[in-house]
Amino acid sequence: MRKIISMAVAIAAGLGLAGAAATGALAAEKLKVAWVYIGPVGDFGWTYQHDQGRKAVEKEFGDKVETTYVENVPEGPDAERVIEQLARAGNKLIFTTSFGYMEPTLKVAKRNPKVFFEHATGYKRDKNVSTYNSKFHEGRYILGQIAAKTSKTGTIGYIASFPIPEVISGINALMLGAQSVNPDIKVKIVWANSWFDPAKEADAAKALIDQGADVISQHTDSPAAMQAAEQRGVKAFGQASDMINFGPHAQLTSIVDNWAPYYIERVKEVMDGTWKSTDTWSGMKDGEVVMAPYTNMPDDVKAFAQATEAKIKSGELNPFKGPIYDQSGKLVVKEGDVLPDKDILSMNWYVKGIDDKVPGK
Amino acid sequence: MPLRLERQENVSGLRLALAPLLALVFTLIVGAIMFVVLGHDPIRAFGIYFVGPLLDPYTLQELVVKAGPLLMIGTGLAFCYRANRWNIGAEGQYVAGAVVGSWLALVTHGTDAGPWVLPAMLVMGALGGALWGLIPAFLRVRFGSSEILTSLMLVYVAQLGLDYLVRGPWKDPDGFNFPQSVTFDANAVMPLLMDEGRLHGGIILALVAVVVATFVLGRTLVGYSIEIGGSAPRAAAFAGFDERRVTYGVFAVSGALAGLAGIIEVAGPIGNLQPSISPGYGFTAIIAAMLGRLHPVGIVVASLVLALTYIGGEAAQISMRLPFDVTRVFQGTLLIAILAADVMVRYRVRRVEGTSHA
Amino acid sequence: MLDAAILGAVLASIVAAATTLLLASLGELVAERAGTLNLGVEGMMIVGAAVGYATAYGTGSLLLGTLAAILAGMALSLVFAGLAIWLATNQVASGLATTILGLGVAGLIGAPFVGTRLDGAPALKVPGLTDLPVIGQMLFGQDAFVYASLVLLAAVTYGLARTRVGLVLRAVGESHAAAHALGHPVRRIRTLAVMFGGACAGLAGAHLSLAYTPFWASDMTAGRGWIALALVVFSAWKPLWLLAGAYLFGAVSILQLHVQGFGLGIPSQLLSALPYLATIVALVAISALKRGQGAPASLGVPFVPDR
Repeated sequence: MRKIISMAVAIAAGLGLAGAAATGALAAEKLKVAWVYIGPVGDFGWTYQHDQGRKAVEKEFGDKVETTYVENVPEGPDAERVIEQLARAGNKLIFTTSFGYMEPTLKVAKRNPKVFFEHATGYKRDKNVSTYNSKFHEGRYILGQIAAKTSKTGTIGYIASFPIPEVISGINALMLGAQSVNPDIKVKIVWANSWFDPAKEADAAKALIDQGADVISQHTDSPAAMQAAEQRGVKAFGQASDMINFGPHAQLTSIVDNWAPYYIERVKEVMDGTWKSTDTWSGMKDGEVVMAPYTNMPDDVKAFAQATEAKIKSGELNPFKGPIYDQSGKLVVKEGDVLPDKDILSMNWYVKGIDDKVPGK
Repeated sequence: MPLRLERQENVSGLRLALAPLLALVFTLIVGAIMFVVLGHDPIRAFGIYFVGPLLDPYTLQELVVKAGPLLMIGTGLAFCYRANRWNIGAEGQYVAGAVVGSWLALVTHGTDAGPWVLPAMLVMGALGGALWGLIPAFLRVRFGSSEILTSLMLVYVAQLGLDYLVRGPWKDPDGFNFPQSVTFDANAVMPLLMDEGRLHGGIILALVAVVVATFVLGRTLVGYSIEIGGSAPRAAAFAGFDERRVTYGVFAVSGALAGLAGIIEVAGPIGNLQPSISPGYGFTAIIAAMLGRLHPVGIVVASLVLALTYIGGEAAQISMRLPFDVTRVFQGTLLIAILAADVMVRYRVRRVEGTSHA
Repeated sequence: MLDAAILGAVLASIVAAATTLLLASLGELVAERAGTLNLGVEGMMIVGAAVGYATAYGTGSLLLGTLAAILAGMALSLVFAGLAIWLATNQVASGLATTILGLGVAGLIGAPFVGTRLDGAPALKVPGLTDLPVIGQMLFGQDAFVYASLVLLAAVTYGLARTRVGLVLRAVGESHAAAHALGHPVRRIRTLAVMFGGACAGLAGAHLSLAYTPFWASDMTAGRGWIALALVVFSAWKPLWLLAGAYLFGAVSILQLHVQGFGLGIPSQLLSALPYLATIVALVAISALKRGQGAPASLGVPFVPDR
């Protein structure tokens, strides 16, 4: 008897689960979708672009969705509560957009099996937790090529945030791109130890310019470095958003984060009941990494950059295709091989030619 | 203006109890104006802010989880502030405690070390916090350097030290080189008190700290020497209380409690060491200590109220899509109202004949 | 490694970086010399940055933007003054509440301006002098805020030490009871000092959003208000030491970036911690040399006149 009852409960629960997925398809009920942001939506960087993606979802689905977000959620003990609250408020799909939300997302997901979660930049998944990220390094390879063709001093300045694999692989991709044009190119790296501190980013840009860099690349979020470059009359690359407004004479191009296609796709899958736990790492081909218009450069450089962009999109060119040597001169990727994704995602070594040490190593 | 504030000599319990009510009324008025100006329904906002979190058993637990570190750190700070020692670096002591305590969790990781690990971690966390707190105490006693500044500067140093460790030597080797340590083993994690939710053993320790502190501050010679050292240092010297010992003592206590709060948070809700382990608990606890009038029981109440403003603010963002900045304005308004109301009940505004200097 | 051109540029950057801190801490110093500890500096700065940017963007005038920023900083300082001076609430808690309020208000005001930009305040160049080696750019190639900060510093230094107003202000900060007995309106003087602090913090915010990084982004002050507070203590409440402290802090934070650029492989966390460690060391050195901090005796103590 007990067994039968528990079986009945299990079946009911199973039906309930299916039902929950199915209700999304009913036009009568709005699908509630939520985002958790690490910064303010007004940062004009990382969080701003995720919020643009959220707005694209609203625009695409109109009345069929109801979106909400919580901004400025610190990584740490508060994140779990916010995510849980969002799940309890009836959100069926929750995007958590910072690496530090990984464990909290997984914990909340275990308690809320009927809710789907999407964690950006992490590597742990579950039945109802997907991960997603962008291949920003594809864009950085192009930046490297443009920089090497543009720089007169032969020195590229690089403002880095924190030594995590995404930033390291970005530096390496830029260097490999630059070396493909000029093997003697130099990269100077300054760690801001912050994702967002406009004045410090501006200081870092000025320091790099003073030390002879005439093309500035940044992996921090504010347009301060772009403005500093504009002021000093050197060139720069934007980050996250198209920053041409801040550097009308300085910006060569920007790597624009475009989360809209991914967000729209995933929301649609929940509506159709086809959502599955996946690991998505999209790049330029999928329109997730977008290059802002190539500006302030000679036509031949522009054509060169566009050609590289086309090759990356077609898959003909992979920034991490061998031969690649590390700083000690050891061959890491053989001629013809490409570096496996998991090695890019956990990268903590520099390629040959970078005159610096990976922090913390 | 011929108005004057007069201190009420004997403030009745009734009047003191009136303060929070007055604050609430004031906040409701100002808040209502703000919400209407910004185009939101004030009644609904208040309900979500103040009432909603108190009705749901889950958010009630979360309220306590959030208030726990605040009241523990705040209680420690009460020792300092009563003695007129301005430790504003509790955030750094919290981080130092978390780092020192976590060291044990990391070296015993995967060794089946036994149930002694967690208690030992807590002791080490408290020690770590106390040692970090003793640095500004030492600099003050030995060189006369202002503890306000040194304790604050040491916050940044502690945070950068933690940053270095989790990005370098203490990084999880299987963690794709992301900046975090391994997840702590079961014997290094705070036990949960309920089947559902995050209420953990740390809150019991926090309450023990409050009871002990209430007794020490209110009923013992130690508490008296702290008090008199703070309010009348010369008298204290005559009475034979050593100023230096008081300085070391109060910094050790507040550092230890902040460190304990740090290791509890890491071994509890967080579960591993990572670059950001505190949403500013050490600074918010200063407000808690002040609002609680430096009395441990008052600090408990203040911590719960502060926790409510955070959780209510999140709820308002979630269900009303209020921007974070609106909740910040509202939180600021509420704090201002509480501070003002507190004065209103303890002082009497009286019309004064003629002009007065003021 | 260092040639004259780099050195000159570095010196100029240091002065520019220090100016925000100098402006904000100068105002706070005056407030504290009158006996009021205002922890709302960060809040007043960010409100100044937001209002200043919004006004300058709307009117196209940097001058109007700067004035609006000053007024905004003053307005928020009045909230603090009302609480801490007229209601005699705890100053630490009141200041923190002011900062929280300010961050929120600034975010709301600035929201429509995210992603826009301004032409920032230009560097004022003096033909001939700006091109001097090493010191040319530092002395004669800065924006108006830098010179304003130095003028203000001179005025505050002179005013505090040599004028009657300064004397009264210091008396109020040292012993409000005695000043009251002498017939000075203690709370009115303190309010004016706090308003001056608010004006300076607003100006510091305008320096960020109108000159240093001329755009608006939420939380763009990134904690500089707290550093300004620390500098006041560091200076032992003396304006000239404040100048030294702000420039030292600016120097360490700029130089650590340059050291990184040279690729010496020192952990960047250690370099980032340097400004704070340097402040502690300098403070210990100062206090070891001359005992006592010179803190105004009534600092942080609310004044309530007896009946």
